[in-house]
Amino acid sequence: MKTLVSLDVNGRTYEIAVSPELTLLEALRYELGLTGSKQGCDKGDCGACTVLVDDRPTLACLTLAVAVQGRKVRTVESLAQANVLHPLQDAFDQHGAAQCGFCTPGILMSAVSLLEQGGDAPDRLSIKKALSGNLCRCTGYTKIIDAVEDVAANTSSPGPPGHTGS
Amino acid sequence: MLPLPPFAYHRPRDLEEAVALLSELGPDAKLIAGGTDLLPNMKHGLLAPKHLIALDAISDLDRVEVLDDGSLSIGALTRLSDLAVHPTIRVLIPVLAEAAAEVASPQIRNMGTIGGNVCLDTRCVYYNQTQFWRSALGFCLKKDGDTCHVVKGGKQCVAACVGDTVPALIVLGAAARVLGPEGMRAVPLEALYTTPGSDHLKLARNEVIVRFEVPRPGERLRSGFFKLRLRRSIDFSSFSIAAALRLDGRTIQDLKLAAVALNSKPRVLNAEKLGVLGQDLTKEVMSHIGEQFQRRATPLDNINVDSQWRKEVIAVLVRRLLERVSAVGAQTASVSS
Repeated sequence: MKTLVSLDVNGRTYEIAVSPELTLLEALRYELGLTGSKQGCDKGDCGACTVLVDDRPTLACLTLAVAVQGRKVRTVESLAQANVLHPLQDAFDQHGAAQCGFCTPGILMSAVSLLEQGGDAPDRLSIKKALSGNLCRCTGYTKIIDAVEDVAANTSSPGPPGHTGS
Repeated sequence: MLPLPPFAYHRPRDLEEAVALLSELGPDAKLIAGGTDLLPNMKHGLLAPKHLIALDAISDLDRVEVLDDGSLSIGALTRLSDLAVHPTIRVLIPVLAEAAAEVASPQIRNMGTIGGNVCLDTRCVYYNQTQFWRSALGFCLKKDGDTCHVVKGGKQCVAACVGDTVPALIVLGAAARVLGPEGMRAVPLEALYTTPGSDHLKLARNEVIVRFEVPRPGERLRSGFFKLRLRRSIDFSSFSIAAALRLDGRTIQDLKLAAVALNSKPRVLNAEKLGVLGQDLTKEVMSHIGEQFQRRATPLDNINVDSQWRKEVIAVLVRRLLERVSAVGAQTASVSS
């Protein structure tokens, strides 16, 4: 039986009717048309579907849409503002950190969360750990880590939007 | 695409309602916490519960507290990523923080809970596969078949308990507080698991784990955890070992070791069984303990890593863990390894 749920995605509220077995990933891609989050393995191994739920990297393929009511969801579509890329997207472009690009949205969201944690700029090991749930089958990890390191070294952490550095 | 089979979704507001729902809906109902084990298994057609009962609307299940008597109470819905960085847990019982930090991947630790990790379904290379894959071998003892492909001629499922927090909780002497229709009861973690691997949890269908109680660690407790796996992230365990140790000078006052990823029950040994109580924890004794543990551990071909090789490395892994745990000061063990 479908139930009406209210989803807060990228700051916008969507009301949709969902079956309990609909995953957040399916809701984003097929109900809301937000196809940035990718359906890779669809069983929690690859990280291509990573989105932020209440600012934490979360696998949308293993999250039920009905379970995120009242929680804030952010997808890769939230990163670029109008024509301006997010610094991470810019750095991925500069460093050639996207090859086939399928893992990129998930990696960007894991990296965004790392950079929003504030404190000292994360070192390479912290970056690797933060991205350790995201597989890149082109195996272009070095350039990805270079890109995140570049942004980490050159930005002071703003914290998640709507938060005043806690 | 791996669509989920259909189910009805329930979101009780308190624990009593959850227990009542479990009793009312019967064997077709399953609890869901983080969902990171249940949902992939449902996607693989291993389970098709008609009702899922979500615990996330019940408040206060994710609290970590140090009680007046020095014991710790850890809510069953405490997320693994929160446990891994919890300052009190890192200092008092680092074995649990280290174990939580080694589960799966960052995303799964953000979703998965300690209660879910303790109740993780057993795993086997012949079970955690798609319906199509399993059908090619005529299925197995754990699901839909009557043959064990791990133990030829075996009549009892040997799928492995692989929850990383399980050995950590066992060496700490923790108990699960379980709520059922008759009220609360305490189950020592060690007594929670049984054979066969197809039915390895000694919980009634209408019981809910509410929290874990860890006895006062005391000032001299040293503890640590090591997980062997193919990759340092995402993968399930190929062998996980936890140690808790009390020394008086160099003399062993208390030692407990527990390991998972062997069989459906964790393997647990203490100083007495190992014959090292009161001995000095020298290099030789650490090697001896490693060999004793190895002798009593029986890795099977239920995990996709050669069982003979796993058997070989156990002695070394146990010795190395003891070397690390005994080298650092009690209660100040660093989480980095």
